[in-house]
Amino acid sequence: MNHLALIRNATQTLIVHVDELTALDQAIGDGDHGLNMKRGAQAIQAKLDELAGQSLNDALRTMGVTCMSTIGGSSGPVFGTLLVTLAKELPASRPDAADLARALDAGIKALTRLGKAEVGQKTLLDVLAPVQQLLAGGGADLVARVRDGAIAAAQATAQMDAIKGRASFLGERAYGHVDPGSRSMALIIAAIVDTLANPSSSTPASAGAP
Amino acid sequence: MKKLINDVDDLLAESLAGFAAAHADIVRLGPERHFVARRERKPGKVALISGGGSGHEPLHVGFVGHGMLDAACPGQVFTSPTPDQMLAAAQAVDGGAGVLFIVKNYSGDMMNFQMAAEMLEQDNATVIVNDDVAVENSTYTTGRRGVAGTLVVEKVVGAAAERGESLAALKALGDAVNKATASMGVALTSCTVPAAGSPTFQIGDHEMELGVGIHGEPGRRRVKLGSADEIAAELTGAILNDLSLRPGAEVLLFVNGFGGTPLLEQYLMVHAAHQVLAGAGVKVVRHLTGSYVTSLEMAGCSITVSALAPEQFALWDAPVHTAALRWGM
Repeated sequence: MNHLALIRNATQTLIVHVDELTALDQAIGDGDHGLNMKRGAQAIQAKLDELAGQSLNDALRTMGVTCMSTIGGSSGPVFGTLLVTLAKELPASRPDAADLARALDAGIKALTRLGKAEVGQKTLLDVLAPVQQLLAGGGADLVARVRDGAIAAAQATAQMDAIKGRASFLGERAYGHVDPGSRSMALIIAAIVDTLANPSSSTPASAGAP
Repeated sequence: MKKLINDVDDLLAESLAGFAAAHADIVRLGPERHFVARRERKPGKVALISGGGSGHEPLHVGFVGHGMLDAACPGQVFTSPTPDQMLAAAQAVDGGAGVLFIVKNYSGDMMNFQMAAEMLEQDNATVIVNDDVAVENSTYTTGRRGVAGTLVVEKVVGAAAERGESLAALKALGDAVNKATASMGVALTSCTVPAAGSPTFQIGDHEMELGVGIHGEPGRRRVKLGSADEIAAELTGAILNDLSLRPGAEVLLFVNGFGGTPLLEQYLMVHAAHQVLAGAGVKVVRHLTGSYVTSLEMAGCSITVSALAPEQFALWDAPVHTAALRWGM
């Protein structure tokens, strides 16, 4: 399968969920997360023709640089760094789950350096880390388990205190709210998994909370 | 939402076009609106560049000009600008003596400016402003935010840059002024990010948010609305606690409106802060009062106290000619 459908659906899910992401960020941040992700998604969609002609690695790099130069805020550097790292770390020929796990591990390390955040601090690392572990473990029904694991992990950030990013200023008042960046990450992962499972689907399935 | 807007997507572009037209004698707008740059440049001078999300006007674009910034990069509303913008600004205003970035301590600003600094070929340094005493600093948090005190850093360092100080000296000066400066704010109402369309937070008629940030993001605690004197005592008390000033210390008092609070009330807060400072034996020798570091239309204010050294007061007094601050020339 061409990666174009993956890119289209992974970006479209962010545009579809913009109001939900805005509401999450208004609760514990400054309300710009949904709009920032939408701006980045639209900038990537504007390059679909260019991306269609690129290898997966080059397409990931193009998307990463696009995030860095159009999104701003924390999301630009964070999603940009993640995509550029995946571009660098994934093998050129059809990556399998173990390749993805290795590349994601490098991505998690790069984000840890960039944001000086660790797993358990109510950031999108709390979605990436369990997904990386699922991929590394492999096994049956991996695709479904990654999807459900990502959605559940984002939901579980509500039970964490924020100690990085703007939500950290809330102190204990951030408790009980889902981290918007984690929710975005889970939406992207769910859209990718759904597209892999059903390549002809063009609209992202609703990725509701469990 | 009730705002003066055509299309929400054009808001920033149209506002910057108006700003550039209104202050064409001082600034010019860079290509793709990546930055606002000073029109008159001085070769051999360290270039001072700041930037951040829009919605805090006149910060930062209003402080571009003689004696302050060489360029400012405006991001989307409440969103840090991108590294591309900072690199474009640096190319445009570099005078051959290096680039000093002045950055408010917010995660997004820090990451984007850090990426720009890593990519920049010129000598560069960064001053991180974190004057907000409302949120505690610790190894486990993002740390104190950079708020209204940023203006003081930009003014004092800008004056020194105008005098031809080196990059290393300006970096040290910026760090020193930041350390001598402390701020804390209070919000009475929320603000509405235009593209979001609804207020960032809900607050009751008889409540206030103590220690609010400049994006309407929450602070220390939500409490019952107090009198101006009570609020001034709380804010100024926290600041004095942080700066641990000796009796007889001389300071700059900067009362800053957040966008929805009239000068009538801001001056009342100046009066109230005076009483608290006098009670602690602290002498106010300079003032700045007005809405300079805003949070869209949020009602409320912040108090900033800056315990500058004598030579730093001289730099504060030095001529400045920007859209928002002008004296001595």
